[in-house]
Amino acid sequence: MRAGATDLPVLLPYRAPVPIAPTGLVAPVLLGGVTLATFAILFGASVALAQVAARPAGESAVAVLLRWAPLIFQGFLFNILISFLSMALGTVVGVLVGIAQVSLIAPLRKSAWGLTQFFRNAPWLVLLFYAMFLLPFEFRVFGVTIAFPAWVKAIIGLALPVAANVSEIVRGGIRSIPSGQWESAEALAFTRRQTMWMIILPQAFKRMIPPWMNLYAILTMATTLISVVGIQDGLTITRAALVAESRPELMIPMYLLLLLMFFAYCYPIARATLALERRFNVKA
Amino acid sequence: MANRHQLGEPVVVVAGVEKSFGAFAVLKDVSLTVRRGETVCIIGPSGSGKSTLLRCINGLVPISQGSITVAGREVNDRQLDKLALRRDVGIVFQQYNLFPHKTALQNVMMAPIHVLKQNKAEVEERARRLLAKVGLSNKLASYPGELSGGQQQRVAIARSLAMNPKVMLFDEVTAALDPETKKEVLVTIQDLAAEGMTCILVTHEMGFAREVADHVYFTDGGLIVEHAPPAELFGAPKEERTRAFLDKVL
Repeated sequence: MRAGATDLPVLLPYRAPVPIAPTGLVAPVLLGGVTLATFAILFGASVALAQVAARPAGESAVAVLLRWAPLIFQGFLFNILISFLSMALGTVVGVLVGIAQVSLIAPLRKSAWGLTQFFRNAPWLVLLFYAMFLLPFEFRVFGVTIAFPAWVKAIIGLALPVAANVSEIVRGGIRSIPSGQWESAEALAFTRRQTMWMIILPQAFKRMIPPWMNLYAILTMATTLISVVGIQDGLTITRAALVAESRPELMIPMYLLLLLMFFAYCYPIARATLALERRFNVKA
Repeated sequence: MANRHQLGEPVVVVAGVEKSFGAFAVLKDVSLTVRRGETVCIIGPSGSGKSTLLRCINGLVPISQGSITVAGREVNDRQLDKLALRRDVGIVFQQYNLFPHKTALQNVMMAPIHVLKQNKAEVEERARRLLAKVGLSNKLASYPGELSGGQQQRVAIARSLAMNPKVMLFDEVTAALDPETKKEVLVTIQDLAAEGMTCILVTHEMGFAREVADHVYFTDGGLIVEHAPPAELFGAPKEERTRAFLDKVL
């Protein structure tokens, strides 16, 4: 049959759709730029509005924001610190639980599965409350008292759901490796442990990185939950600043300042995740 | 090729083997004997249990009934030393199953180093020799993703040979290859057979079976319908079922 002698779409030669958006590196940069500009305009507008709405007209809104910005930024850095530490703790625990989820020992596998499901499907704030109020404020080991401050408990509280999510990421990554890999490793007399660590996990690792980064970005935003249980983080400081200034019209720009900090931190992570996903998809 | 080399003592003895997956019987009373240096081809329609039989021989799939011995070692035994069995029996799969995160050379070296705990320098030397033997000296540092199907399959053969097996099993190793690359893999296997390696092939390559095999088994529905030297089985099949199958594929 001659090409063109048919109007059935499946019989026509394949033509890749024309890209309607800029591709390559341009697209993310452009998109990020637009989003950032939107934020900046919103921020500027809210500051201007606050300036106009002030009754009686007091100190300039910009001056107030500038005064508080370093402190809010410090609080934000504390959020980042908490996110690092809970991610680290959650990842270590989650990897072990995730591997246990594919164990051949049924009790181990089932309890790992149960733990994962429980903490994955629980509200983060509730888990945080449990960690805050159930853990003691100090430990006594061999007569030595070790303080257990609130921020450490908060890290544990946030690490619980992180560990459960990492566990699922690890399990999914391991399961995504074709069974032929297990089979050929077994035929070469590798033990199960060797197969896992030398053959399966190195391949699965690549596939786990994007969802793991995604989880980290979510965790970072969730760290503001700790302000609810009375820890001085970025959100607590912002709220305190608003109370101290007692200028309700500053509420929008002040919170927007904090939002901007989180956005500037999390957005690149999200872009990098997408880029990695795309790269790993191409090089299967 | 038949009878060109002296056949030795039986290496693989399959006796009355049955295997079911749930209620579905894949193998019903299968028996065969393979002698040292012999090349055996198993042919038959898809789903007749050929691949399962191979997997039973190296203990990847446990059998339900009967006995399989490899070099005098009972495979269907709870006390079986799997390491010893798998040292003796190499298997090559249809889908190659190379380790994609390792180079060709590393793929061949991994098992001898980590499983057999052999000296790394010696293993590397042997691996280079094996890859040269399968015609891939220039691909040592290539990852499986950079190799063609035929090249990957030849690396897989070298990887199995690195364990110094007494028997090599080939499970439809050319089924996923195009005619051209198929040829290079078949030549590799033919060379192995000519060197006296004991080979059991499950294959759809009738021409290859006819030319290289010492003995051909025709299986259908979990049973061995007929077995004979290739000239006899292909030239004058006794069973109606065999004739019908050969008529279709030849």
